[in-house]
Amino acid sequence: MTDLVSDSAPRAGTRVDAQPLLRVDDLVVEYALRGKTVHAVSGVSFALRRGETLGLVGESGCGKSTLARALVKLTLPRSGRVLFDGIDLTALSGPDLRALRQRFQIIFQDPIASLNPRRRVADLIAEPLRIAGVTDAAERQRRVIDVLAAVGLDAELALPRFAHEFSGGQCQRLCIARALILEPELIVCDEPVSALDVSIRAQIINLLEAMKARYGLTLLFIAHDLAVVKAVSDRVAVMYLGKLVEIAPTNRLFRGAGHPYTALLLQAIPRPDPEAPVPEHVPVGEPPSPLAPPSGCRFRTRCQRAAPRCRAEEPALQEIAPNQFVACHFPLAGDAPRGEAVP
Amino acid sequence: MGLASQRAARATPEETPLLALEDVAVELPSLRGVLRAVDGVSLELKAGRTLGIVGESGSGKTMLSRAVAQLLPRGAKLSGRVAFDGQILSELTPEALRRLRGRALAFIFQDPMTSLNPVLSIGSQLIETLREHLRLDTLSAQRRATELLGEVGIPSPEQRLKQYPHEFSGGMRQRVAIAIALSCEPKLLIADEPTTALDVTVQAQILDLLAREQRRRHMAMILITHDLGVVAGRTDEVAVMYAGRVVERAPTRRLFKAMRMPYTEALIAAIPELEAPPHTPLKAITGLPPDPTRRSPGCAFAPRCPRVGERCLAAAPPLAGDGVHDFACWNPLRPPA
Repeated sequence: MTDLVSDSAPRAGTRVDAQPLLRVDDLVVEYALRGKTVHAVSGVSFALRRGETLGLVGESGCGKSTLARALVKLTLPRSGRVLFDGIDLTALSGPDLRALRQRFQIIFQDPIASLNPRRRVADLIAEPLRIAGVTDAAERQRRVIDVLAAVGLDAELALPRFAHEFSGGQCQRLCIARALILEPELIVCDEPVSALDVSIRAQIINLLEAMKARYGLTLLFIAHDLAVVKAVSDRVAVMYLGKLVEIAPTNRLFRGAGHPYTALLLQAIPRPDPEAPVPEHVPVGEPPSPLAPPSGCRFRTRCQRAAPRCRAEEPALQEIAPNQFVACHFPLAGDAPRGEAVP
Repeated sequence: MGLASQRAARATPEETPLLALEDVAVELPSLRGVLRAVDGVSLELKAGRTLGIVGESGSGKTMLSRAVAQLLPRGAKLSGRVAFDGQILSELTPEALRRLRGRALAFIFQDPMTSLNPVLSIGSQLIETLREHLRLDTLSAQRRATELLGEVGIPSPEQRLKQYPHEFSGGMRQRVAIAIALSCEPKLLIADEPTTALDVTVQAQILDLLAREQRRRHMAMILITHDLGVVAGRTDEVAVMYAGRVVERAPTRRLFKAMRMPYTEALIAAIPELEAPPHTPLKAITGLPPDPTRRSPGCAFAPRCPRVGERCLAAAPPLAGDGVHDFACWNPLRPPA
């Protein structure tokens, strides 16, 4: 397996951290579906440095949500390891796991479904504290009020109300408050703004950025909207049919995608600018089923650069430019930037 | 293109739009009282033109499109006038309406399964439509169905005709729904969030397909979406809705370049800019959309508006302007010099 993170192998100009906060090694997650196997995550490796935001993009069915769930041990991997601060999560259970769980949280796409509509906000937000063993009710209340204020909700108004009385955007604020209350180090955000309206989306993104600074968080930010991912991420990873096909610093990736799939995604972003020419899109079809991924490179069936080698041999991630890793036999390195107007 | 528009101009005089809404309102009963989902909307659309209707959830954009087809939920109260192709729709018999829908007026929805029958093959659904509305015999209907599937970009259409909706992917299902909608050569296609449930790469292909067929058939189209990026390059005109009303309407380029209503400006500004470096704070709109069961006397956007004045709280501004670019605002943005 190619080592795609610079952290373990010191390199000139790269900060040598003691260890990444999260490290994923050759993670494989598979489901059984009517006698067949869904290859949801097929050998994914990456590392998340402390304090960074890694964006993860891909189309539906590419395995990004399964990956998110496996990272916080809501789904068990078939093989591979997830190391949180050096501790192997996959080997942990019982009280040890519960103790470690306080250090990472997950936020989901549907904030309304994530909150029990029949419980009061005061209980919903305090629950993690109770589970973590904070027995002092006054202390619990103080922390709940603090965190509600931090996410921009009026605690006095919110505390006695039920979750169903809140709008989608407010529910996402509540979910963020609940994720923050134990002051975790890592938050996995799985499509946190996709279900929200445009005018509310920007509020929540700004809130996540502010919370990241205030609580010193590390974020894994999963979304299918590339413009949103660009706005928050230091690095971006692109997933296709269970595999990482590219991982690179955000600016680098948006300026010069290395993988043809990344280029396709960038080109497909609808631009809110009537002057921008609408590109005639190449009819590239739709992703194949994760029940039967293609041999070799999984993108080859939709790739314009596909050659016989792509069918026979699976490309490994390799560094084509500083910190830009691409899994392609014929990467786009050096090509003109795609999907972005050159200033 | 030039010829087609000349022909259309001769068939329908410039003054007669294909679709004209006059003071259309829809009221829905709800647990918290009457909800005024559409609040006095007047709009026009000429043959062969495309109109984007943009709004957030609850802005009334979907209810408005339902009002056009006279397809409202039970208990809904519709008022105002909908004129389509020279007929007042509220005066038509249910039978005449049924003939109109699916023939001159076609719909596609966010979830293509809304319009597809899961237990019938794609072929029988297409052929049924063609036989019912165009009175084709089975053989010609079959031939036409195969052609249509090919036109919307479905590979090996003959085999696919025998398959059922569940055997198609989301994007392919939407193509089938488009084929059925286009099968009777409608004069107006209403596409309600047609790509919202689809992935970006598929979305782009479906929007291309709609644009191509719209031009080729010189068909009018209403594209309803929450995404300004979707309407930007693909519509002649855009109407922005907020709290049941059209708050601004203009030719698309003009709307993006010279918007007058602060809500339109805020909506465009809230979209993350691809050119901005990471961690650039977004320009968020503060507050929440108003509760549609509790109407304020003033402008519905006033509580969130940076340009709010006393008058804005007292009375709702009418949609007014030069007839090409209209906006509903007491304190509009200055037009760029």
